[in-house]
Amino acid sequence: MKLFRRPSNAPLWQDEFPFYTADERYVSRRQFTKFLTLTSLAMFAGNLWILGRSWLRREPSYPRRAVARLDEVPDGGVKIFSYPTEGDPCILVRTAADSYVAYSQKCTHLSCAVYYDRQLNQLACPCHQGFFAVADGAVLQGPPRRPLPRVVLEREGDELVAVRMEEGA
Amino acid sequence: MKANPPRGRGLTAIDGAMALIVILLIVQIWLLSATLEMFLAGHREAALPGAIVSGIIFLACLALYLFVDRVDSEVRKG
Repeated sequence: MKLFRRPSNAPLWQDEFPFYTADERYVSRRQFTKFLTLTSLAMFAGNLWILGRSWLRREPSYPRRAVARLDEVPDGGVKIFSYPTEGDPCILVRTAADSYVAYSQKCTHLSCAVYYDRQLNQLACPCHQGFFAVADGAVLQGPPRRPLPRVVLEREGDELVAVRMEEGA
Repeated sequence: MKANPPRGRGLTAIDGAMALIVILLIVQIWLLSATLEMFLAGHREAALPGAIVSGIIFLACLALYLFVDRVDSEVRKG
């Protein structure tokens, strides 16, 4: 059984450029349907690409790294550091005398650098007015749809040590 | 001998198939964006069902295209 049947035994160009005007409507619809089907194939390929990336993706390794001393950041202050690699900027915020949080500084919308807005007590992205909660990195407002990845901190003596990254809830 | 369908009915059938394909494509676009969003958020478990459903939608679109091709063939032959 042939899947693709030609309308007649005439040469292919006569099928695609019909003699009768009425047949043109069939040709244009068939060609447009082919285009839509190829678009569907492209999106299926996109889903397969995501599947391949998710299977091949290796778990990142997170080194333990001291990012700040406890007395280095004033109350309400921030410090910019890199974690887990030098190409991953992060922001450390001292939210209270004894409370520190750290997040990736890349906005989850288009990777602009977020900053700490002390008056609003929020992390703000200046590019498209995205706002994140300081407490957990959740999206409060704006175009970002995913929360900021959080840097898990531990105390070692008078130092804050980054131990791993966590995707937002 | 089987009579060929009239031209007007052939066009109606093709238009219906095209409308179905467009609806399936809208669903597939949403599926792709949702799967990508989940992947970027670190939820990799959504990738496999997303690919399976997207493949089923593509097969449905292909079947509809074959239907359009067949209708085109039968109507224009007559």
